[in-house]
Amino acid sequence: MLLTGGEILIEALKDQGVDTIFGYPGGVVLPIYDALYDADINHILVRHEQAAAHAADGYARATGRCGVCLSTSGPGATNMVTGIANAMMDSVPMVALTGQVATPLLGRDSFQEADITGITMPITKHNFLVRDVNDLARTIKEAFHIATTGRPGPVLVDIPRDVSGNKTKYEDPGPVFKRGYHPHNEAKPEQVLAAAKAIAAARRPVIYAGGGIINSGASPELQKLAEMIMAPVATTLMGLGGFPGDHALAVGMLGMHGSKYANYAIYESDLLIAVGVRFDDRVTGKVESFAPDAKVIHIDIDPAEMGKNVRVDIPMAGDVKTVLGQILEVLEVRPDPHWDEKVQAWKREYPLDFHKEGMKPQAIIREICDLAGDKAWIATEVGQNQMWTAQYYTFTRPRSFITSGGLGTMGFGFPAAIGVQVGCPDELVFDIAGDGSIQMNIQELATAVNYELPVNVAILNNSFLGMVRQWQELFYNKRYSHTELKNPEFVKVAEAYGAEGLKITENAGIRPALEQAIASSKPVFLDFVIDREENVMPMVPPGAAINKMIG
Amino acid sequence: MGNTLTVLVENNPGVLARVAGMFSRRGYNIDSLSVSTTDDPRISRMTIVVQGDEAVLQQVTRQLRKLVDVINVQDITKEPHVHRELILVKVNGDTTVRAEIMQIVEIFRARIIDVSQDSLIVEATGDAGKINAIEDALKHFGLREMVRTGKIALLRGGVTAVEYEEE
Repeated sequence: MLLTGGEILIEALKDQGVDTIFGYPGGVVLPIYDALYDADINHILVRHEQAAAHAADGYARATGRCGVCLSTSGPGATNMVTGIANAMMDSVPMVALTGQVATPLLGRDSFQEADITGITMPITKHNFLVRDVNDLARTIKEAFHIATTGRPGPVLVDIPRDVSGNKTKYEDPGPVFKRGYHPHNEAKPEQVLAAAKAIAAARRPVIYAGGGIINSGASPELQKLAEMIMAPVATTLMGLGGFPGDHALAVGMLGMHGSKYANYAIYESDLLIAVGVRFDDRVTGKVESFAPDAKVIHIDIDPAEMGKNVRVDIPMAGDVKTVLGQILEVLEVRPDPHWDEKVQAWKREYPLDFHKEGMKPQAIIREICDLAGDKAWIATEVGQNQMWTAQYYTFTRPRSFITSGGLGTMGFGFPAAIGVQVGCPDELVFDIAGDGSIQMNIQELATAVNYELPVNVAILNNSFLGMVRQWQELFYNKRYSHTELKNPEFVKVAEAYGAEGLKITENAGIRPALEQAIASSKPVFLDFVIDREENVMPMVPPGAAINKMIG
Repeated sequence: MGNTLTVLVENNPGVLARVAGMFSRRGYNIDSLSVSTTDDPRISRMTIVVQGDEAVLQQVTRQLRKLVDVINVQDITKEPHVHRELILVKVNGDTTVRAEIMQIVEIFRARIIDVSQDSLIVEATGDAGKINAIEDALKHFGLREMVRTGKIALLRGGVTAVEYEEE
């Protein structure tokens, strides 16, 4: 039987186990949408293509499965660009499907034509332009293979109008073989021995753990290693939840807004075990003073990360879970309790804390954590809301924290939370937002209401672009250039869309409002009117050494 | 002194843009790049000469390997290999200087492949040093235009790019 390209796409997606797509229709994807009309696939109609990409991203992060988003050509495709770049920076498995003008019209500046494979070349793991319907099934299979194996990432497949409209037979394309694509898995035995030797010799080891722990499912191995060698575990923003935040060896987040004790431990360490991380500048601060006396073991799936930003003594390219397992197999240690005592003393001496009087965002986040605890899935936007959440919410489960790390995309959290709720329909989902960020994808209220997704949005409303204002306060002489926001009444906005809205102006109202939101079966906007000039502290000033924190 | 990379890539549309884009966005400098098909029509071969210390070279190599369409990358700078460039030079040359030019051509074992009333086209192959030298030698006659291919290279002996062990 002959199928259209659109129908073949659906079959190929189902063969990949896809049951959910986030998308937005348009002219050149009509054959695909026609096939979706009676397909056994759940299509979530967003209100802006950027949200389709972010929702697929959130869905992927929460479920560990590949996210799928779909848009039309030209503006539909370019609207997804930010979402694709976001997934690339945070290594999220995603397949982005875009319509394209028919092949005879390619390259003629046709209506709604944009060279989306050209545009997304540097922000995808790989991309394809399908020129023949007979190549479609194999291309889709390759796209999923590349997106989900090795270091995960977004893969874009551009499908011209005639390719999705033409007919051919659908056949399973057989095994995928790409000559140039061989993800690393195991580390070399000599590296494993070198690492085990370095760990055994270390007096002040620190584990610096990132998103690779979560992508690889390596939390049990990480915990075992940490306990064996009694090393403090500092997590990156992407790594939060990869190691239980309430564990005695947890020192929370490191870097620019990390805890003082995490940064001190890094600074004084004699062995840095960097696992599933990429030495981002927001983590290292001034590179020369990042763990200056430490030997560095770097374990990561991506060989290109070794030595990219810092010198590495023992590079171990491979799957994090596998490599940690290899090390654990040969490791023999007698840990030195003095180091842990020193770290615990720092924890007591420099705790994360804030002044309690007034309406404090940190208190709101602690309250959400108390109420929802380790059951909830927490997305954030970007800025102060994100950093306070990273600091004051105790994450104990991998995948429970969904945030835009590398790209720092305002407007990510809400559509991502929608994606999380779609992937985990019976779970409690929060987006912790700022009043600036939430307005970057506020139209997704319609999606949440449309599909009855009871996402709770806690807006930490200071009528500022808070993080930018904070930098203006600290480094630009309090010249608040274009960072003050005149906001709408968020309660009314929510209600206009058919969601619930609550405005909270004093501390006594925090808990009841949260309880009401959690109990509600509707999406809820919680407008928390917080102290306007609260800062995220402590902080490593840009370009400073990691141990020179202010606040 | 540049480092010579031999890169085998899938002969897909856009593969040159992928490679060139990686170099430009990560700030690596290409001295020369030459691309052509191989005996296998599905595979193209690039010879890339790139500046940088060992750390840069390592990053370039790894970032290249990360591209899905890149099959194989070798840094052959320190391996025994033969390498050549081709130059075509259109040089001013009426009858009064032709003999002199032909002498230079002879010395460099180059060839004259076209001639008009007042100009000649000289073709030469060799390593970069020889090509530079012949360019210099012809310069004072007045170069009208010239084109160089950039370096191409093969490992000496029976080893081929595909069989060659990676790091």
